[in-house]
Amino acid sequence: MTTVEISTGPERPAHRVADFKPDLLQSSEHDLCPGCGHPVAWRLVLDALVELELSRRSILIAGHGCYTQMMRISDIDSLQCLHGRAPAVATGVKRMVPEATVVTLQGDGDMVSEGLHEVLHAASRGEKVTALLFNNGVFGDTGGHMTATTVLGQRTKTSLEGRDASVYGYPIDVARLLAQIEGAAYVARGAVNTPGMIARTKRMIRRALELQMAGAGFTFVEVLTMCPTGWFVPTLDGPEYLEDSMMETFGIGELKSPAPAG
Amino acid sequence: MTPRLLQGSGAIADAAILAGCRFFTGYPMLPFTELLEEMARKLPAAGGVCINAQSEIEAVNMALGAAATGARAATGSCGQGISLMQEGIAELALNQLPLVVFNMARGQQDYFQSTRGGGWGDYRTITLAPKDIPEAVAHTQLLFHLADRYRTPVILYGDYVIAHTSVGIEIEALDFGPLPPKDDWALDGTMSGTGRARQTWTWARGKPNTPGPGPSAAWESIAEKYAAIERSEQRFETYRSEDADILVVSFGTTSVFVDRVVDELREEGLAVGSFRPITLWPFPAEGLAEATHGCAHVLVYELNAGQMVDDVRMYAADRSVIRSIGGVSQDDSGMRQGDLLNADEVRQRVRQAVATPASARQ
Ligand SMILES: Cc1ncc(C[n+]2csc(CCOP(=O)(O)OP(=O)(O)O)c2C)c(N)n1
Ligand code: SF4
Ligand SMILES: [Mg+2]
Repeated sequence: MTTVEISTGPERPAHRVADFKPDLLQSSEHDLCPGCGHPVAWRLVLDALVELELSRRSILIAGHGCYTQMMRISDIDSLQCLHGRAPAVATGVKRMVPEATVVTLQGDGDMVSEGLHEVLHAASRGEKVTALLFNNGVFGDTGGHMTATTVLGQRTKTSLEGRDASVYGYPIDVARLLAQIEGAAYVARGAVNTPGMIARTKRMIRRALELQMAGAGFTFVEVLTMCPTGWFVPTLDGPEYLEDSMMETFGIGELKSPAPAG
Repeated sequence: MTPRLLQGSGAIADAAILAGCRFFTGYPMLPFTELLEEMARKLPAAGGVCINAQSEIEAVNMALGAAATGARAATGSCGQGISLMQEGIAELALNQLPLVVFNMARGQQDYFQSTRGGGWGDYRTITLAPKDIPEAVAHTQLLFHLADRYRTPVILYGDYVIAHTSVGIEIEALDFGPLPPKDDWALDGTMSGTGRARQTWTWARGKPNTPGPGPSAAWESIAEKYAAIERSEQRFETYRSEDADILVVSFGTTSVFVDRVVDELREEGLAVGSFRPITLWPFPAEGLAEATHGCAHVLVYELNAGQMVDDVRMYAADRSVIRSIGGVSQDDSGMRQGDLLNADEVRQRVRQAVATPASARQ
């Protein structure tokens, strides 16, 4: 057994994460539910932009979903586009402002249900943008309905007995689809259900942004996020539920990454 | 500069590039296709980007993105393709973003589609219908100006006659005067992290440091903008209408045939004139009311089942003298106007209408 010496205090005082507002937030006030994974995931994006010194050149194209609120409070030049179309809009933006860091923010309903076409073609063109998918496996915003990524067995208001493949088909793993596309330079899937996962996901986001700015091609990070409200589970059960359902189905990790330089 | 022989699509492409268009995208569909081809060939050399989109939905949204950066952008299609773009066109309108949309229509059945739109919300689209290629070249440049001036999507209503025929033409740059700067809304990322980041959002709620008016007030002010356009941007042309007893109303390339018939029937002693809305929206209400004043016959010659005639009925001095004398007219390819785009037809139908006693009218 190893003994850990704890006689000296921590180097920094303990603090609540919520006490520290990231630089690129104008306010930390939003209406998302307690236990929602989106704000945690979004914070990683903001921190990564600041750390990479990309704040003053970043543009956000947001879709329609609960995460749209993150656009409203963020200090980033931004545009909310039509449901599903963010990668197309981002294409026009990036082609006209190539020096900008262009980030799209979509949910599973927005990207995989409504907008599968746009994301696949933006990837095939190798658009130099970073597409983020905050995947909670439901339409959270509309109140918990089945999306194209809802896992088998998941109960929603439109799959009352749980998603049954013989009736509702199978969930789409969009990261896997994108990884097969030549124009996609970086494809990764993280999650925000544990501190370790959060740290790992942040590295993915940083890598995607770095590769975008290096002109490597289309970069994509999917983040599995908790939606206890849309899943109809107690708030505190969210992280574990995510692990047992979505993470079990989709897995975590880098699906595609260029070899490190040198 | 000497005139060059150019196909209409090529001339429009040159005019668009001259007007500063730097982003173009579209999905092939005749007779719009040639404009896409021309832009693909010419725009990169002018420092712009032309993308062959993978759908019209993608095209209009790419163009929206380019427009949101303040770049002059355009797209286009026709028929079903424009239908697919309607959601995007409405979004541009409610986000107050400029865009030029080239509707190289497969005939004249899309008057409602262009002037009424099919998107959501309280919006309008300025729609110009040139009668020939030189006018299309001028309209193209004017449309880029109007789009920027009013921050709204605008439509050129063309057709295969304009897209596919050729003329000898000199394309000169037109100056429509100064425009307001775009930096308070054009997204380039430079305001990020300053505490005053910009935001384009139909809900118009703004950000915490720069609250917006919210949807109700924002949409009210957009509606006021369209009312102002309605007051100041009506355009029309009349031909031999001052003493006319019979006024033929038509739009676009059809008007070239109508005006020829006006001359011929004048020779026969009929007091015929013509009226041509240049802006299909805003419809030239005042011009029409004045031109139709005292006319015994107002004859609407459009190649569809009767669409513009609704606007004519709304604004003519006397509704009881209005008749539709056009009709559905499509060639077998489905891509262009059929037999009614023909001076003989116009002449015969005008004569017949004039000879019909008022009591026999529907
Ligand atoms: C064209 C269109 N269809 C439907 C909607 C309604 N709508 C708003 S948000 C949303 C789903 C959002 O789901 P997702 O992207 O997964 O985001 P979440 O709220 O789950 O984070 C839908 C269907 C819409 N805004 N626009
Ligand atoms: S419904 Fe789900 S996604 Fe939306 S705020 Fe609540 S927890 Fe988050
Ligand atoms: Mg979702």
